[in-house]
This record gives sequence, C-alpha cells and structure tokens, in this order.
Amino acid sequence: MPVRGQGTPAFEAVGITKVYRMGEVEVHALRGVDLRIWDGEFVVILGPSGSGKSTLLNVLGGLDAPTAGVVRYREHDLATADDRRLTAYRREHVGFVFQFYNLVPSLTARENVALAAEIAPHPVPAEEALALVGLSPRMDHFPSQLSGGEQQRVAIARAIAKRPDVLLCDEPTGALDAATGRSVLEVLESVNREMGTTVAVITHNASIAEMADRVVRMADGLVARESWNERRRSPAEISW
Amino acid sequence: MTALHRMLWRDLARIRGQAIAIGLLVACSAATFVASVTTWRALERSQESLYDVYLFPHVFAEVRRAPEDLARRAAALPGVAEVETRVLSEAVVDVPGLGEPASAMLRSIPPGGEPRLDRLHVREGRIPAPGESSAVLVSEGFARANRLGPGDRISAVVNGRWKSLRVVGIGGSPEHLFAVRPGTLLNDDRHYGVIWMSREELASALDLTGAFNSIALRLAPGAPAAPAIEGLDRLLAPYGNRGAYGRDRQVSNRLVTDEISQMRALASTVPVVMLGVASFLLAIVLSRLVATQRMQIGTLKALGYGNARVGAHYMTFAALLVAGGVAAGVAGGYGLGRWLSVVYARYYRFPSMLYEAEPGVGILAAALALAVALASASGAVRRAARLAPAEAMRPEAPPTFRPSPLERLGLGRLLSARGRMVLRDLGRRPVRTALSAVGIAAAVACTMVAAFTRDASWMLVDHEFSRVAREDVAVYFTEALSEGALRELRALPGVVRGEGFRSVPAALRSGPRSHRTALLGLDPGASLHRVYGLKAGAVEVPPAGLVLSRRLADQMEVKVGDPVRLEVQEGRRPVADVRVARLVDDIVGVQAVMERSALDRIAGEGPRLSGAFLQTDAAVSGVLNDRLRRLPKVAGIVLTGATRAAVVKMLDDSLVWFTNLLTVFSVLIAIGVVYNGARLALGERERELATLRVIGFTRDEAWRITTGELAVQVLAGIPLGWLAGWGFVELTAWATGSELMRLPPLVTPANCAVAAGVVAASAALVALHTRRALARLDLVAVLKAKE
Repeated sequence: MPVRGQGTPAFEAVGITKVYRMGEVEVHALRGVDLRIWDGEFVVILGPSGSGKSTLLNVLGGLDAPTAGVVRYREHDLATADDRRLTAYRREHVGFVFQFYNLVPSLTARENVALAAEIAPHPVPAEEALALVGLSPRMDHFPSQLSGGEQQRVAIARAIAKRPDVLLCDEPTGALDAATGRSVLEVLESVNREMGTTVAVITHNASIAEMADRVVRMADGLVARESWNERRRSPAEISW
Repeated sequence: MTALHRMLWRDLARIRGQAIAIGLLVACSAATFVASVTTWRALERSQESLYDVYLFPHVFAEVRRAPEDLARRAAALPGVAEVETRVLSEAVVDVPGLGEPASAMLRSIPPGGEPRLDRLHVREGRIPAPGESSAVLVSEGFARANRLGPGDRISAVVNGRWKSLRVVGIGGSPEHLFAVRPGTLLNDDRHYGVIWMSREELASALDLTGAFNSIALRLAPGAPAAPAIEGLDRLLAPYGNRGAYGRDRQVSNRLVTDEISQMRALASTVPVVMLGVASFLLAIVLSRLVATQRMQIGTLKALGYGNARVGAHYMTFAALLVAGGVAAGVAGGYGLGRWLSVVYARYYRFPSMLYEAEPGVGILAAALALAVALASASGAVRRAARLAPAEAMRPEAPPTFRPSPLERLGLGRLLSARGRMVLRDLGRRPVRTALSAVGIAAAVACTMVAAFTRDASWMLVDHEFSRVAREDVAVYFTEALSEGALRELRALPGVVRGEGFRSVPAALRSGPRSHRTALLGLDPGASLHRVYGLKAGAVEVPPAGLVLSRRLADQMEVKVGDPVRLEVQEGRRPVADVRVARLVDDIVGVQAVMERSALDRIAGEGPRLSGAFLQTDAAVSGVLNDRLRRLPKVAGIVLTGATRAAVVKMLDDSLVWFTNLLTVFSVLIAIGVVYNGARLALGERERELATLRVIGFTRDEAWRITTGELAVQVLAGIPLGWLAGWGFVELTAWATGSELMRLPPLVTPANCAVAAGVVAASAALVALHTRRALARLDLVAVLKAKE
C-alpha cells in the first residue's frame, strides 16, 4: 500500500490539454489536467460521459498524445514520444482492458492470452494468467463460446500476461450485469494486490469507487476533486 | 435526390479504391470484347466486301499449258458465272538497292486492260494500259518494303531472259492479300511480291500465246463449288492439270480467314476471364457492405422501407459499381478496335477497312456486364432483403471459429498465435479463399499464355530456320532438270555444299479423303534441308514409303503401314500406291516426303531435280547471288537468312502488342484481387489489428497478419495458376493449330517463374499500400466502437 502522495510518482501529468477537431468544431476534451499516480495504487477515475476521463486514460496509456502539457511515465516522456516509442511503452509497461473485450475471435482464450505473452520479455504463461482470472477450465474455448464476463476475464488475463506495470481499464464492467461485473472487479483487485500492478479504472459507476485507494472525479475536462478512501472495500461488499 | 440516393453515392465514395479496381477489370473486359468483336467484324466485312467488289474467284486451277478455247467449256460447267484464264510464272527479280535476289509471281493483265476476276485495286499510279510494253503494277507490300514507286525500274528473268520492267502502279488483288511464295507459308515482303503485266508480253515470253496456265471461276450466288471443281479437273486433265481447288485451299484466303477466327476466339475468352474475376470481387464487396450496414438496413426497415426498396438499393449499388467501367471500356474498346483495324488493314493491304463502331456491340457488352454484376450481387441483396428489422438492429453474433484442418492433424503446435489467426480466418470462408486463389491463378495463367504466344512463335522460327531449312539458299528451277544442274550449282563460287530435291504436285488419296500437296523428294543423308519433328528430331527419310506430317495423317485418317494412293499431277500423271512409313510432328504446314529416287521411279522421268539447297560461304555471297540471278532456268531464289529476318520482324510487330496487353491484364487482375482482399481483410480485422497495436504489437507485426492472409492466397493461387496456365496453353495451341501452323504448347520453368513473379510483385505493391492504411487506423475509435 503506497503512502498517500509521497515519493516519486509513476505517472505525472502536468497541465495537459487535449483538443480534438471534429469537422469544423473544436472539442476541448482535457483543459489542463494535473494528476499523479503512484506505484501499486488502485485508482478509480469517475465522471459523467464527456468529462474527459477516457481521453486521460488514452494519454496515460500512450494511445493518444496531449495537445499541450507534460506527461511522464517514470523516465518516459509520453507527450512527445513518436509511434515507435509509444508502441514499445505499451508493449513493456501497459495492459489495457476495454468495455468491449476486443478479443480476436479466431483464437481460443489461451491463444488470445498467448498473443500478448509472445511479445513480452517476462510474460506470465497463458495458462497461469487464465488461472488467475479463474478460467482454467475454459481456456480452449473460442470467444463465441464464452459469456460476456468470461470474455472480459480473458481480456484481463491477456492484459496481465505481459506482467505490465500498470493496468488501464476503460469501463471494464460497462457491458456486464452486476454479478458478472463484480467477478471482473475481483480479478482486478487481486491483480493489484497480488502482483502489485498499478490499476486505473475509469467508470461512471460511483459505487466502484469504494474499492479504490484513491478516487479522481472529473468534470468538463478537469480534475474536479480527489479523495482517498480510508479503507478499500472488496468488490463483494459493493452493491450497484 | 432522395436520402437513400445520397447514402448510395457516399457509400460508393467510401469504397472508391475497390470500386476503381472492379471498374478497371470491367473496363478491360468490355474494351477487349468491344475491340475484338468490332475488329473481327470489320475484318470479315472488309474481306467480304473486297471479295465482292474485286470479284474474288471461287475455284482456281493451275495447268502446264491449256488452249484458250477451253475457257468456253469451263464457263458451261455447273454453277459457273464467270471464267478468266491467266498466265503466271515465278521469276527471279532484281530490285535496285536490294543486295539479295528477290522473286515474284508474274501475273497477266488481260488484253482488255483489267482482269474480270480478281480485279486490281490501285494504291498509287495506274494499271498498265492494254499492250503497254514493260509496264508493271507491283504488289503493295513488295513495293513498300523495297521503296518502289511509279517510275522505278526493276528487272525479272522471264523464261530465261532478263527483262527490264517499269513500275507504273502499286496495288493488289484479293488473291494476294497475303503474298507468300508457293510452297511456303511465311511471308517476306522484301523478297517476294506479285507483279502484274500485260498478258501478251508475258504469254509471248513464256511461249503461252493463245494458251493459259491458270484459270479462275466465279460461281453464281449459292452454287456449290464441288461440281465446278470436279468438272474443271476433268476438263483440264489432258493439259497437265495441277488440280482444281476452292477458296478453302487458297493460301491468302486461308491465312486471312484464320486470323479472323483467332480474333473471334480472343473476343470470347479474355473478356470472360476478366468479367468472371470482376464479378467475384463485386460479390464479396457487396456482401461485406451488407454485413457492415446491417444496422442501417434494420433502421431503414424499421422506418418503413420495404424489402423491394432495400433490395433495389443494393442492386443499384452493384450496377453503379460496374457502370463507370462499362462506359470507359466500351468507349476505349471502340478506339482500340479502330486502331487494331488500321493495323490489320496495313498488314493485309486491304484497300479499305470497313470499321464501324457498331452500337449493338457496346450495348451487348454493357448488358452482359450488368447482368453479371446483378447476378453476382444477388446473394448479398437477398440477404439484405431477408434481414428482419429487429434482428438487424442487434449486433451480429460473434463469428464462430474452429481449429483449422492443419491443427486437427496435430500441426497446430508449429504455428504461432498469429499463424493460427491467418489459417482459421481463411478456413472460415473457404469459398472466398478458394475464389481469391482462383483469381490469382487467372492472373498467373494470363501471363503464361502471353509468354507462350511469344516463346512458341520464336520456337517456331527457330524450328523452321535452324532445324528444318538449314540451307543458306534455296534455288527453285523453272522445270525439272537433270542432275547436271546440281553439278553446275556446286561449281559456282561460294557454294560449299549442294543438295538437290524433287518436288512434284500430287494428290494423296485414302478412301474418300484426299489432299493435294507438293510431294517432296529428298536424297538419303540430306542434311541441309531436313524433315524434323518436335519430339522426334531429325527424321531420316526411309528408302520406300511416305513420311507424312502427323496433322496430315490425322486429317486423312491414315497411320503407319496404311496404303495411300498417289496421283502425280504433272508429266504422264502416273498413279502409285505407297505405304505410310513414318509420321512426323512438324509444326509449319503439312508435308509428304519420300526418298527422291523412289519419287523419280514413280514419276518415270528418270533422275530429275526441281531445285537445290545450298550451303554457301557468306564472304562471297554477293558474287554468288549475282551468278544465281543470271541462271536462265532459275525461277526463284530464297535466302534463308533474309526470310528469317523478315519473319522475325513480322512476329515482333504483331506479337508485342498482344503479349503486352495480356500482361497488363494479368497485372490488373492480380492487383484487383489482392487489393480487394487486402481492403476486406483490413475492414474485417480493424478491431483485431487495433487490439494488437494496443497490446504493443508494432505496425509491422500487425501488418504481417493482414499480409499473411494475402500471402497464403497468392501462394495457393500461383501453383493453381501454373496448372491453369498449362491447360490454357494446351488449349490455345490446340485451338490455334491449323494446317498452316501449329504452335508447340510451350510451358517453360522460366515462364512459370516470370508469371509468378509478375503476380507476386503486383501483390507486394498492394501489400505495401495496406501498410499505409494500417498507419492511419484510429486505435481508440475502433476499440471503443460496439462490435
């Protein structure tokens, strides 16, 4: 458990802005966000749609570059890195989990995980990663043979198979019912606790915030408020 | 414009790359169709019109010497409308500026001033006036090749005497559209031509005053040729008849007619292959479109658009996809046809080429392309119409995959996860995969046919001039001479070696089948001019019996050991039964060969020679040519090297555009197939590729998965294409093979490699292009979209 706001942060974002051009309209998705995330933290970023939380996650994950500002992951400057450097950064440090699982339909669960393991320097074996998310019995099934929750757990196994330093999750439970969503959150929590992986989850579901070390609330492209939970609740205790 | 129309245009704009690929294939298909059909019809029309206007005869015969009054009896034969007797002779010609000797057929112009049959068309100057001495009209090809014009002088040996001739005109006649020396099939305009001159002058020089040695008949409309041919044969029998024949055996007519039928074959094969590939591409593009627009279709239906309206929308889409290509192809086809017909008109010296941009042909091409487009779209359209609105608005169930057959054999462990993705995707759509491979195969086969046409033509030249006619000079005598003539030739300066030959006009009969030919007699051990088979190599002529071209034996339905009746058609016209001793798979013309002594025995005139093949010393060829020209009994001198060069030039000119066109087509097919495959793969795999990129795969690693699928299709298509190409080559060789020429079905490893290379290079270009598309992929947008 990291000490609140002390030491060198893993992520440091200072004054980042992001402006999209949608046809003739300029959309200011981020308007000067300052944020730090420390190693081993479980951060939940809350906010209504359009608040800029997904854009922030994409910038932190090296999928998008900010229009202005500084973003750093340890010694990596994410704001100015080119495509090659960002690819290497994602490959070595980041695991992603999306709302719509994005599994390769032609590969089985095990092979989807192996896909990521194959390019990582110190991977978790696919079987072990699947065991971690409780899917050992279903690892030779294709995505079309798995339920939504199972597919999302495969996506998490694929993300952690690279042994990433940070797991970025964009609405991981958005397409799932409460019970299934809870099981997915349990997996995320255990990854954070047992592997020490930094986890950032963005969601508009406020109850998920209770399982975080820290909650970052966003509104209109800015960090509106940050708060620390005295005690992290386990997903089983959460109701929504 | 309704909203639905706008959607149509925008969708078309969105897939413009694929639309252009399909449009190009359709355009090429329509252009080839329109060009070859209109050219073929223009050729046929021009040939017909030329034959009608210039009165091309229906029946022909050559005799040794027949009295003029026989013409009246010929006119009384069944069906005969018009008769004309002529005097003709082969002669050695001296053209100023042409170092080598040339030869020509001298033909008479009747005293009336113009032939009644096989009339002359004049390009330049005029027809010699009646009785005008030494004035001649020269065939156009010969005149152009030797830069002759009115006012120029040439000389010819007529019946052993040199005669100076003044060119007054340049022109031609239907019997000599294609001027070839009797007994040969390859034309050489520089060294062989036709010269028309006053009949009185020619007849007196040939000692044929009041007589003729050639006769032509024109039949009444609808009258059959056979009775006239039979009657003429009977009539001419006492006068050294060489055998009457119809248009079907008239060499110039056959060569032109053969060319027209080849053009007709081209009109039906190439466009079909290209349209087939285009239709396959169209079918997959549309099914993909319907799949991606599933939600839209559901929404349209929910709004109240009926199935018919939705179906019509996609049908219109298919029609628009081909419409541009058809319009461009038809317009281009008319242009190409016009150009081709000008090329042909020049080649055959047609006085006029009746090219018409017949609207019917374009309409037919458009209708065919449209019908094919609608038929190929019908599957996708049916699927769109069948979609129930509620179902359509739900996302499609995830595709079902299974391990590929290779993995079920236990080889899965050898494959990486990416390898498995490629194999399973291919396996999930076996029909599309197979058709893509077939499209690639079509491209490979197309290139192979192009290479075959080129190589086989060169092989034919090599076969004819390096294996068969190895002499430097062939000398033809005006009549059969004693063996002393050969000794004289051997004694000439520069003659290294000389071999005599006998050639006798004869009819071969077996049961109801017959064939007229010049029966060739060669000496045992003759090595300059040989009988040479494609597979058999040099064939020694046996002491007894006939050696026949396999093609001729098939035509006459005889095999080795069968008897053939031989009717000599000169001298005392002896008849003998001879056995077929050997068949030979030669490729130019058909021939019947015997040992000369055996032929001499049958002819019964003692040892005689019709000419000689000479090997000469190139250093003194000028002196030798000069001496040969001056020999009184020489009717023709053929220089093998010069003829070979002329044939090579002719092939060069005529083959280049054809092989280039076929190669361009195959590149277009390959690019079209691979490009569409790549676009589809990118479209369908967008999400997967974006996922891979997010996980940390580099652009190149992700790109290799897309190209992996294409590579498998190309790699499967290439051997399939080799097989198909081999089949096409065999088919083309068989279909174009005639009595005149048979291209050997040549498939060389080099050609296979080049065909594969051309297609692989086209595929590689497209693959590189997809890399750029991959770079533009918006990872976040793709991944956040609902499946």
